[in-house]
Amino acid sequence: MTQYVILNKTDLDEFISRLAQIKKTVAPVKRGVKNYAFEEVTSGKNVAVKYIPTILPPKKYFLPQTETLQQYDKSKKTWNAVMEFQEMIIFGVHTCDLAGIQCLNMAFSDKPKDINYLARKNRILIIGLECNDYCDEYASCKVMDNHMPNGGYDLFFTELDDFFMVHINTLEGEDLIEKTGLFKEAKEEHKKALKAMREEKRKRFKDEVNVTHNQLKPLFDKSFEAPVWQSLEARCVSCGNCTNVCPTCYCFDIEDEIDLNLTTGVRKRRWDSCQNEPFAQVAGGENFREARGERQRHRYLRKFKYPVDKYSRYFCTGCGRCSRTCMAKINLKETINELAQGAK
Amino acid sequence: MKRVTLKESAYNVKTGKILVAKMLTAQEKYFKIALAGGESLDHEPGQFVMVAVPGVGEAPISVSSSPTIRGYFELVVRDAGKLTHVLHQLEAGDTVGIRGPFGVGFPTQILEGNDLVFVAGGLGIVPLRSLINFVIDNRRDFGKVSILLGCKTPQDMLFGDEVDQWEKRLDVNFNCTVDKADPDWKGNVGLITSLIPGVTLDIERTFAIVVGPPIMYKFVIAELLKKNIPERQIYLSLERHMKCGVGKCGHCQIGDVYCCQDGPVFSYDKIKNNIEAL
Repeated sequence: MTQYVILNKTDLDEFISRLAQIKKTVAPVKRGVKNYAFEEVTSGKNVAVKYIPTILPPKKYFLPQTETLQQYDKSKKTWNAVMEFQEMIIFGVHTCDLAGIQCLNMAFSDKPKDINYLARKNRILIIGLECNDYCDEYASCKVMDNHMPNGGYDLFFTELDDFFMVHINTLEGEDLIEKTGLFKEAKEEHKKALKAMREEKRKRFKDEVNVTHNQLKPLFDKSFEAPVWQSLEARCVSCGNCTNVCPTCYCFDIEDEIDLNLTTGVRKRRWDSCQNEPFAQVAGGENFREARGERQRHRYLRKFKYPVDKYSRYFCTGCGRCSRTCMAKINLKETINELAQGAK
Repeated sequence: MKRVTLKESAYNVKTGKILVAKMLTAQEKYFKIALAGGESLDHEPGQFVMVAVPGVGEAPISVSSSPTIRGYFELVVRDAGKLTHVLHQLEAGDTVGIRGPFGVGFPTQILEGNDLVFVAGGLGIVPLRSLINFVIDNRRDFGKVSILLGCKTPQDMLFGDEVDQWEKRLDVNFNCTVDKADPDWKGNVGLITSLIPGVTLDIERTFAIVVGPPIMYKFVIAELLKKNIPERQIYLSLERHMKCGVGKCGHCQIGDVYCCQDGPVFSYDKIKNNIEAL
């Protein structure tokens, strides 16, 4: 298997068209000012090759907003567990979002395994796309160590001069290269161009907060009583935007939808947010995370502490979506810096 | 989007047939349930099941019966939420969906050969009963047994006949208190913490198992620690609202642990530094 191939930029449109003929293809598409979204495409015409992180991460294909877990028919006395899936190709996934998918894979592979998630994931092919420079001021991908490709894709595109350097990572990826038939073998000069770009990039990307990657976990280990949570308490409006747009938030609620015939229906899981007030409430009325500050702390600890203890990896990818979307301007980088300041 | 039926899934539902349903108090209803096809639930004392009614939803409910009973299991449900309200409308002959059992129950193998102090406040007796009856059914495997029971009023007392039997047994030290008595009440009046100083115990071999409302734990634990019971010999069962039962949905998370997978039973030394636990 050749590891690297190249695609002329002028062939990108045709490449996307051919992908879309193989199976459903989704890619980042511009959606108004400074907004992008992954949407189905049939050609490269609308595909945004330069884009800031999409409103929702590709999580929406791996863990859809709503998903049927069971269906029942009272008249037939059947009640079955079900799974939903769709074959697809996602084109243009940035390294932060590749990391997000890797985090989800980890959480859902943890025992007991989530068959619904894993079976769907296995039917999705991922084509990554490198950010040669920062998307905007909200990103913190360097300190999260997600600014460089780190696996988790079938193919990986890097835009250089007039061509894309493409790394083939899996047999499925190689299959797409063969079926679309637009690629040429990468020569030494192409590899040199990639190396030169990466060297430049390494110089440009610097830790975006006042602590290093390895200092983050110890910082959060000692953060339970930090005053910063009180400051977030006063600002957060519990809208749940931050968790919805987070590539690694996967909490859900389970609810029933019965059909109008009152006989057939489904049980679904639906994205939920630990920022919503009733999230940790029990039937007697007791709420174990009643204060907004406690809920914000929980969100941060689920990115920087708990998963590191459990899976040895941060569940923050540095994509910056939570800060970009927050109505109260709660900023992840500022929160970390305030924590670090307070810990001195 | 394609949809296919899964044979192996955490979301598979078993059919539970209600054999007996009766009100125990004004708020609590008792259900005796058998799984379809004579299948055994195979639970451990302290575990819970997800009980579902199609079209309504699903809720985590503690199993109240001991696994020494075969062929059926028992639940006691307070009319407190959407699903439990509907459960209260169900009668013998109706069916419910059952997933589970889930979670880590009481550590019966660790408890064997040791003295036990059971402390149950209010509805805490419902899950604790699974262990109390397990111990009574295997009485020779355990040392001294004390049962301390507390509830709001004599009318709130659950399993009155069974409690009378525990009280009559010579191999069980039983004590009971109510917050507010009525003219017929002959027992103690006061909080459950008032019963603890009166228990004589050998701290080398005594395990305390505490189940009650969230507010109760810190006061009961403080009393137990005054008796010098080591922290690792105190077990608690914590209440959270599990939605999936398999450690994914996030609702029951307590700091870094999932109540549905790592609990609901925890030893005190494991969670005392978990600021979200108590």
